[in-house]
Order: sequence, then C-alpha cells, then structure tokens
Amino acid sequence: MKVSAALLFALISDKTLAFVCPSGKVTMSAGGGVTRREALETSAVTIAAAGMGLLASSSPVRADGPYYLPDLPYGYEALEPSIDAATMKFHHDKHHLAYVTNANKAVSGKEAVSILDLQKNAIKEGTRNAGGGHYNHSLFWTTLCSESKSGSPSSALSSAINSSFGSMEEMKTKFNTAAAGVFGSGWAWIGVTKDGKLDITTTPNQDNPLMEGAKCTPMIPILGLDVWEHAYYLKYQNRRPDYISAFWNVVNWPQVSKYYEEYASKGAGVPVKG
Amino acid sequence: LMTLPYAMSALAPHISEETLTYHYGKHHAAYVTKLNAAIAADESLQDKSLDEIMKSSSGGTFNNAAQVWNHNFYWNSLKPKGGGEPSGPIADKIKESFGDFETFKKDFSNVASGHFGSGWAWLVESEDGKLKVVGTHDASNPIVEKLGNPLITCDVWEHAYYIDYRNSRPNYIAAWWNLVNWDFANANLASKL
Repeated sequence: MKVSAALLFALISDKTLAFVCPSGKVTMSAGGGVTRREALETSAVTIAAAGMGLLASSSPVRADGPYYLPDLPYGYEALEPSIDAATMKFHHDKHHLAYVTNANKAVSGKEAVSILDLQKNAIKEGTRNAGGGHYNHSLFWTTLCSESKSGSPSSALSSAINSSFGSMEEMKTKFNTAAAGVFGSGWAWIGVTKDGKLDITTTPNQDNPLMEGAKCTPMIPILGLDVWEHAYYLKYQNRRPDYISAFWNVVNWPQVSKYYEEYASKGAGVPVKG
Repeated sequence: LMTLPYAMSALAPHISEETLTYHYGKHHAAYVTKLNAAIAADESLQDKSLDEIMKSSSGGTFNNAAQVWNHNFYWNSLKPKGGGEPSGPIADKIKESFGDFETFKKDFSNVASGHFGSGWAWLVESEDGKLKVVGTHDASNPIVEKLGNPLITCDVWEHAYYIDYRNSRPNYIAAWWNLVNWDFANANLASKL
C-alpha cells in the first residue's frame, strides 16, 4: 500500500503533534510535542511501515496520548518534614499519573493542545477532572522546593503582595483561611485577576481559575495548594491547618516570582511541562 | 457523637482501628462539635432535629449537619463480620431491581470507585419501589437530593480509606463488601426515613 508522502506532510505542521513510532512509544520533546525533525523522521519510518502493510492506516495515531507525567524537580524526600516523602511518592507516582492517563483518554481522537491550553474550555469539553488534575499537579510540583531553597518573593511580587493584601502576613492569613475552608476536595490559589491585582480564590475538585465557568474568582494562578485529603493525610490526617502552615516552608518563591513576572502579570497562563 | 455499635478494632482488617480512631474520633466528632456550635449560636436551630436542620439549612451548617447524618448512617451500614450475600427482603429487592447480587455489587462498586472527589455511594429505594445505586458529592445525600430512601452507604471521601488503602479506592470498596450490614438495610427498607 503506497502512502502519499504529500498527504503525510500535509498532516505535519509547525504545531506539535503526537506520533507513534512503530515501536509503540510516543516520543516527546520537553515542550510536550515532537520536533518537526522527529516528526519527519518518524513519518519516514511510518511510510515505510505502511508500505510494508504493517500499519492499518496511514495517518498518525496517538499511543497513550499527548500528555505525560513530568518528573518531580527534586527527590521525594526534598520537602521533608513539611511534606513527607511517602506522600510525595503516592501523590506524584499514583494520583498525578492517574490524571495523566485519564487526560489522555479524555482527549483521545482530538487535536492535541498543551495542557495549559486545555484548561480554558475544560468544563465545556468535559475534560475538567483529569485535564484539570494534570495541569494543577504539574504546576504544583514546580512551585515547591526544599526549605533551604524556598527564598522569598522577588521585589516585583513582594510589591504586588503588599499592594493587594497589605502585607505578606495578611496574604498568608487570607490564604490559610481559604485553604482550610475548602469543604471536600479542592484547591486554594493565589493569582492575578483581570485588574492586574493579586487575589486568592478556591476551586472544588480539580477545577482551576483558568477554566471558564469555574465557580471561583477568575484569575491566572501562580501558586496553588492541593487540599484533597490525599495531599496531606499520611502525615497530617485530619489536621489540614497544620499542613497549610507547613506548606509555606516549602514554597519555591523564585519560581512563583518568575510565574508572576513572566506570565501572570502579563495576562498569560503559566505553561507547564506535561 | 453517636456511640459506635462496635469496638474501634472490630472492623479490622478491612478497616483498621487507626482509621476508626481518625474517621470516627476526629472527623465525625468534629462535624458534631461544629454543628453544636452552630446550633448554640442560632436560636432558630435549637428545637430542630438533625433531620430537620439538615433539610432546611445551607452552607457550613448544612455541611456539618449532613455529614453527622451521613456518618451515623455509615457506621450503621457496617458491622463486624458482616458482608457476604444478603438475606431477607433486601435480597429479593436486589434480585428484582438488578437481576442478581453480582450485578448489583458491580454497579455499586463502579459508582463508588468512579466517584470523582469527595462523596458517598448509596443504595436507595426510589419512589416506585425499585432499588438504585446513586452517588452524591461532599456532604450531600439521597434525602436532601430526593433520590429515594437510603438503605446502605459507603463513604468515599479519601479520609475513609487513605490510611489503609492509600490511593487504591477499589481495594477499600472490595473490603467494604466484607462489612456490609444487611440487617441495617432490611431495617431501612421496612421504615421509610
């Protein structure tokens, strides 16, 4: 069966696409898609394989899907004693992985978009649970770090915190109250609202403020705290307020500052690997 | 806070004593404490029963009242050495509504394990007399959602199973089947709540 090279090349654009290598593995670059070169190389093999009748169809097929579980930027124990290693292991390796798997299922057959871009219409399109879960956790891991590296907000972020909340302490008090007050599963967020100020909001389950239709203050989140019980139960059990206090020890302020300065304050959502 | 109808260690190994220490001793107890505080602060609540408060309140008061009600129902839905196949009227009703016990068990397990976020899985008797499996979110229940008369429930908030089963909710549900209190289900069938 001859596959038209022109047809295949028409399918390859500068947008990122997920391709299956004949081995069945999806090759991904750090940006979350294949480079043009990789796609073209794959397609050459695909054409050959198709010519040999090894493929049922000549169009690119996703394996698991476009999303993948990003590695933690640190070891499981890096956030001890604030967040315990066992929690990090289960949370990342099991819970987050399940969201990735289900997000891929949810977008199966559709054009691949970055996990950030998926958020806006996630409620309309029915991808809010797994798609939200994948984005939220991918962002979350990057906003945490070992206590020694926690640092403090940049001067730009500090100014914004002071002007929006009065002071860092007032911001933390407001955040702690919000996070403790989430009933059931959900998240607490700090983000930039339409008027350019910082605010705090909460969302249920795996919703986030990027989603149109979410029941919260719309904002571009720069820092979130997972208050699903799985995020703290092993170490804190029912003592969510203790978990929330400890969280502040491991916030990666340089990273959060970067998210504020380079993305949120400019009206752009924070992109994540995955 | 209701008295547990069995010792805290009595549901082991399916649900550990440690889980009960937290689930009953902390979570359920906290809902009771907070509800009592709400009642103390609001005269209009003071003559009402738990059911009445639950059906007429909203926000935090509702959450606490409903969670007290739900957990009361949950502890009664379990019994040491319970489980197995039901007998009595509930067994007949299950066959009538689901075909057979295994089909019902699969249906209930799917609803319980598939529920996203916090909530509960219930077997209810609906208005028309048929049995149905329903899921509710957070503190909600079939009474306030008018889904039918609850017969048995499984708590799928993560605090119900995280100590014993971590992320594996399906393993918790499998264990729950060893504890189901069919006597309670039969009693509920006989009396409309």
